[in-house]
Amino acid sequence: MSILVNRKSRIVVQGITGGEGTFHTMQMLDYGTNVVAGVTPGKGGSVYKGNDRDHFRRGVPVFNTVEEAVKQTKADTSVIFVPAKFAADAMMEAAQAGISVIVCITEGVPVRDMVQVHEVMTRTGARLIGPNCPGIITPGECKIGIMPGFIHKRGSVGVVSRSGTLTYEAVWQLTERGIGQSTCIGIGGDPIIGTQFIDAIRLFNEDARTKGIVMIGEIGGTAEEEAAAYVKKHVKKPVVGFIAGRTAPPGRRMGHAGAIIAGGKGTAAEKMAAMKRAGILVVESPARIGETMEKALKGKKAGVKKGVSRVKKGTKSAAKAGRRSGVKKGASRKKK
Amino acid sequence: MNIHEHQGKEILRRFGVPVPQGRVAYSVDEAVESARQIGGEVWVVKAQIHAGGRGKGGGVKVARSLDEVRQFASDILGMILITHQTGPEGKKVNRLLIEQGVDIARELYVGVTLDRASSRHVVMASTEGGVEIEKVASRTPEKILKEFVDPAVGFQPFQARKLAFGLGLTGEAFRNGVRFLSALYTCYHEMDCSLAEINPLVVTSAGDVLALDAKMNFDDNALFRHPDIVGFRDLGEEDPLEVEASKSNLNYIKLDGNVGCMVNGAGLAMGTMDIIKLAGGEPANFLDVGGGASAETVESGFRIILADPHVKAILINIFGGIVRCDRVATGVVQAARHISVNVPIVVRLAGTNAELAAKILRDSGMNFRVAGSLRDAADQVTQAIAA
Repeated sequence: MSILVNRKSRIVVQGITGGEGTFHTMQMLDYGTNVVAGVTPGKGGSVYKGNDRDHFRRGVPVFNTVEEAVKQTKADTSVIFVPAKFAADAMMEAAQAGISVIVCITEGVPVRDMVQVHEVMTRTGARLIGPNCPGIITPGECKIGIMPGFIHKRGSVGVVSRSGTLTYEAVWQLTERGIGQSTCIGIGGDPIIGTQFIDAIRLFNEDARTKGIVMIGEIGGTAEEEAAAYVKKHVKKPVVGFIAGRTAPPGRRMGHAGAIIAGGKGTAAEKMAAMKRAGILVVESPARIGETMEKALKGKKAGVKKGVSRVKKGTKSAAKAGRRSGVKKGASRKKK
Repeated sequence: MNIHEHQGKEILRRFGVPVPQGRVAYSVDEAVESARQIGGEVWVVKAQIHAGGRGKGGGVKVARSLDEVRQFASDILGMILITHQTGPEGKKVNRLLIEQGVDIARELYVGVTLDRASSRHVVMASTEGGVEIEKVASRTPEKILKEFVDPAVGFQPFQARKLAFGLGLTGEAFRNGVRFLSALYTCYHEMDCSLAEINPLVVTSAGDVLALDAKMNFDDNALFRHPDIVGFRDLGEEDPLEVEASKSNLNYIKLDGNVGCMVNGAGLAMGTMDIIKLAGGEPANFLDVGGGASAETVESGFRIILADPHVKAILINIFGGIVRCDRVATGVVQAARHISVNVPIVVRLAGTNAELAAKILRDSGMNFRVAGSLRDAADQVTQAIAA
């Protein structure tokens, strides 16, 4: 199991013939992602095999509109590589065409455009990931985005993050320890994004294969606090968290458009405190994400063994108690 | 992007938002001449810097004669103005705004910004004008009225009326207030503002409603739609190193610490700063070199980091995903040779071909401290600053 995307996902690449679109489509095809179509207005009817530099292992049919691509290829997931000026239009086109998961990689989409896009997504029920994000990957099944495939490993930890390379760092720490991932989602660093922490965590919580969750936040906004409240109420799986930007000065945008402490709000300290209150294993250093999850999973296994057999009999509370003690073990170790 | 108050008011005027009559002045004589042309008996001399709290810092004075205008203008022009937003080093005042004095009956607050939690624009109003709105928000949040804007239809007249009634406006002031709010929202929306804040909004005894101050910020991602706003950029208000970095397409923010850092990706860059702090240092900067991290970008990065004399060590942290670590390592060696860096450099490269990269760094004959993991990098930084 995984969340949102798997080997059956049928991908359409919007902006497939551009430089970025070409390069990353090649990488996605090499990973084994089921890319069924591309869209570039005006180039419909052709079969695209890459450019002079980047050659695809197989041709991809190109359509003028997403609607046509959906009709002809039954595409259900889209990934967007079009320039920022046209990204909002591309996202809305995908939603109107009935695409259910839309991944927007493009960085630099104006907020005014995103307010409208957000409204359209809410109305159509389409799920947007991003913009300004690395994308989503279910290791061993499909890679939709720009993340390096080889750092991932199939497994049972869900990763959700606002960052790109910091996510790779966390994933790498897991993989190096032999801990695989169910699905990794980069939700993006902009002030308005489609999928929030809380959405991803809810999906991971409901996914039977996901045994633990890593959430990597950063300064700005209150999405981490909202997710923490959800975790406190609903999540029994171990959650390891990190917030980047403890040393960031207020009032300055730290690279990401959404990473800013405004009016004293959105500090790392506030977020970390809210997450700790929710029972999340908060690490002070991003170097400790992997080892903390490793300990949490071990603690959990030891504690849950009994619980699992009891769950079958229908007593949920025993399992809960076992898992809780596992989380606590991890937490006390971390403090040392 | 930030602009000056006088530029903000010029934009507001374009959208029919009432502002006091005013002129910008770069010299004392210009200031006096501006006051003469504006006419009347009372003027306000206002320092123009990109920071709030100017009044408390002595950068805003009310003049009751042209002689006083001259006096205040010469006091304020060239002064180093220190406010809670400038930091202890303050900012030099190079221009003034001379405005007509306004007969103030009430001081209110209105602002338009993005509400991230709902992903909608929000128009806020408060009777607590003239004070820091953050304080009002934390102490008496019920005193801030909010109207969220439906993206499908925009800010509606009934919402403007609700806010105007909520502010206790009546008669002529009510009608003017409603018009003001609608015009302010249109300006905010059309100009891709990230903030349009009027504090104070004043009501005169004649019932006029005016923006006495104006703070306007713009969405950098939307500047391609507004070349006129780009023209308002005042490089004198920005850190010279940051201006230099932006020319090389580097995302650099200067900080006060002693360990410089160079990282690919904004999140990892923030995380690396946090690691420096945990290792016992203080980050000297934020620097995101982007995905490529070529020899040229690394070289510009070195140049900018080393221009800060407080830097005692540099930590390079690159996660090579799509970009190969050996190429980054070759770039780092080339750049370091070219610039002759004389502080310890800790290099941590992870991802594709990381081992080959470590070998390149070790075999370079230069004194790199090569770190395998993030944790190792932190320890190496601790050692480097202790040495």
